[in-house]
Amino acid sequence: MLTIDQATYDAIVAHAKRDHPDEACGIVAGPEGSDRPERFIEMINAAGSPTFYEFDSTDLLQLYKEMDANDEEPVIVYHSHTATEAYPSRTDIGLAMEPNAHYVLVSTREHGNDAGPVEFRSFRIVDGNVTEEEINIVPTLS
Amino acid sequence: MAIEVKIPTILRTYTAGEKAVSAEGKTLSALIDDLEANHSGIKERLIDNGDLRRFVNVYINDEDVRFIGGLDAELKDGDQVVVLPAVAGGC
Repeated sequence: MLTIDQATYDAIVAHAKRDHPDEACGIVAGPEGSDRPERFIEMINAAGSPTFYEFDSTDLLQLYKEMDANDEEPVIVYHSHTATEAYPSRTDIGLAMEPNAHYVLVSTREHGNDAGPVEFRSFRIVDGNVTEEEINIVPTLS
Repeated sequence: MAIEVKIPTILRTYTAGEKAVSAEGKTLSALIDDLEANHSGIKERLIDNGDLRRFVNVYINDEDVRFIGGLDAELKDGDQVVVLPAVAGGC
């Protein structure tokens, strides 16, 4: 199960809506082994594409050095699908390289940049196996 | 000649859980061969068809090796190498 606070949930949704029709992506870091998504980090989609996302390689190194220095790890890796459902694609599964992370997918296909509900789902992706999990949205992380 | 190589979580199965290992080589290619000698199987995760895998990033002293010669990039004692899988996907 993914436990996420409302503000972080809202920030992910806002980022996905803002970048629509391109895919938005980012990370929520937290202390290593804590499973607490505490630090929301929006990343630039270097692919700038409605069908693909990739962190810029320089940004990626910077991010991991920062997390390393803080004893953090990526607790959530999120991205949006802008024309398809919020479910990992074959490419998403093949490229999922963080076995400890919650992979959050948001689909903006319904309302695009406009207000309105989005699909927001969370998955574990380990060795090509996808497992959907429940999401518990809390006012603040306890 | 010792070069520190930082290993990402997904590849730590090859390094007995170690976050960083020491390796040797005058080029990235030689360094990866040396890694393979001590951590069998790791090379295949980094290289495909004689080139660095498209979705694996390798940095030497914070420089993406793609801009400094790829597998031929030169190394010297004390350099730091970081391996990071790309964070990427697509619908």
